[in-house]
Amino acid sequence: MQLTNRAKAVDRRPMTFLESIYLWNIAKGMGITISHLFKRKATIQYPEQKRSFSKVFRGLHVLNRDAEGRENCTACGLCAVACPAEAITMEAAERLPGEEHLYREEKYAARYEINMLRCIFCGLCEEACPKDAIYLSQTFAPANYGRKGFIYKKEELLIPHPVTDKEAYEKALGDRATKN
Amino acid sequence: MYLLATDLWFILEKAILIACIIGLSFFIAMYTTYAERKVAGWLQDRHGPNRAGPFGIFQPLADGGKLFFKEEIIPLASNKILFLAGPGLAMITSLVTSTVIPWGAPVATAHGAIPLQVADVDMGILIVFSVVSVGVYGIMIGGWASNNKFSLIAAIRGASQMVSYELPMGLALIAVIFMTGSLKMSEIVASQAANGWHIIYQPLGFIIFFVCALAECNRTPFDLPEAENELNFGYHQEYSSMKLGFYLFAEYINMFVSSAVITTLYFGGYDIPFVNEAAWGLEPWLLSLISFAVLMTKIAFFLFLFIWIRWTIPRFRYDQLMNLGWKKLIPLALVNMIISAAVMLWLRK
Repeated sequence: MQLTNRAKAVDRRPMTFLESIYLWNIAKGMGITISHLFKRKATIQYPEQKRSFSKVFRGLHVLNRDAEGRENCTACGLCAVACPAEAITMEAAERLPGEEHLYREEKYAARYEINMLRCIFCGLCEEACPKDAIYLSQTFAPANYGRKGFIYKKEELLIPHPVTDKEAYEKALGDRATKN
Repeated sequence: MYLLATDLWFILEKAILIACIIGLSFFIAMYTTYAERKVAGWLQDRHGPNRAGPFGIFQPLADGGKLFFKEEIIPLASNKILFLAGPGLAMITSLVTSTVIPWGAPVATAHGAIPLQVADVDMGILIVFSVVSVGVYGIMIGGWASNNKFSLIAAIRGASQMVSYELPMGLALIAVIFMTGSLKMSEIVASQAANGWHIIYQPLGFIIFFVCALAECNRTPFDLPEAENELNFGYHQEYSSMKLGFYLFAEYINMFVSSAVITTLYFGGYDIPFVNEAAWGLEPWLLSLISFAVLMTKIAFFLFLFIWIRWTIPRFRYDQLMNLGWKKLIPLALVNMIISAAVMLWLRK
């Protein structure tokens, strides 16, 4: 019985002498391979060329700043609660007088760590954040010599200053963050 | 006292020539590995190695350096002497074959012509064949001394493959010798320069010879001795470091030398096609240089052909290999031999 009409009958006749010395078929195959010599190469020369990511690519995290360069994070802990991999740890501190240019609100994260070995890059922290403070950027492929190096501290996570270091800021921001 | 009576200049001349040819073989083999990887890349829509130096031309040096610094492991259960002898034997036999090949037109000097050939012996082509047959021992000894089942099976396969493909190769060669009437390599080239290349008269013989040369070099589609998917790595599975490098390198030197032999036998050796170079009135050394360059171009084409074939077709099964050798190539070679003999006889009368 035939289920589809796409079935092809297999030719099981014994090979003719010409086929059994393989030469003609090999010559045909060589014609195919030589045509590939002149085709465009599929390779992307990685460190020099990079392929663009999709708009929704989820890479390493950044802690965002506002337009004046103040940290958005208020250490509310919602990202840590939302995190299914329990990769986020933080410690809150109170903003002192004279630190208004550093932190946007009265409370800030004195310590903020993400364990990149635990993180599954789901983006739930980003969804949970009420302050637009954490985003998954388009940097990826972290490498390190030890496990300790994969626990990213605030220094590694914090985005460059948008006023003093505009270029690096734009680069680190990626496509997912709300632009300010 | 015979040795003392020998011309010292003669010894010096030959020593220089030998050093040049060995150096050349190594250099060409090195860059054949590079060409292999490049062409493989191009045929598969990739770039091939391009990081070490411009276009990756230092890649073979990097590969060699890597092999030198690898850990040397000699299995405890192996036969140590034979284990060490294996790669050396493979290397020596592949180099020795190049002695009888004429690398260019002789350089005419005031003291007589200097042939660009280490030894122009009367039975030149037979020397190639005898040395190639000894080349089996490199594989056999290596595979056997490793005391590894895979190596042993691969070595036995390799030996039987090489022995069975030497037969059609020799039969195809007999037809060539009919035409030249000499086993001397220089005369084979000279007769082709005078009467036209043998490929014109012996196309079938050439195809048989070429297929057998692929098998003798253990190149795809006949690389059964080193079938990765069924024998792990074949006869050099237990080898590491530079000993493995010797085996792999010997294979590329074999490729180079067999390309040179094919060129000499069927494509006129160093003969420049379509022109009468003697009428140009060039300096003799320049003419020799040009003829050498022509030979190298022909060899380069065959090396490319070897690589091209490797990256086109898969490996034959063992029974296919034996069927092809014994049931197809030997009868074809016999028919080729008889027909050429008959035609030669008919033309003489």
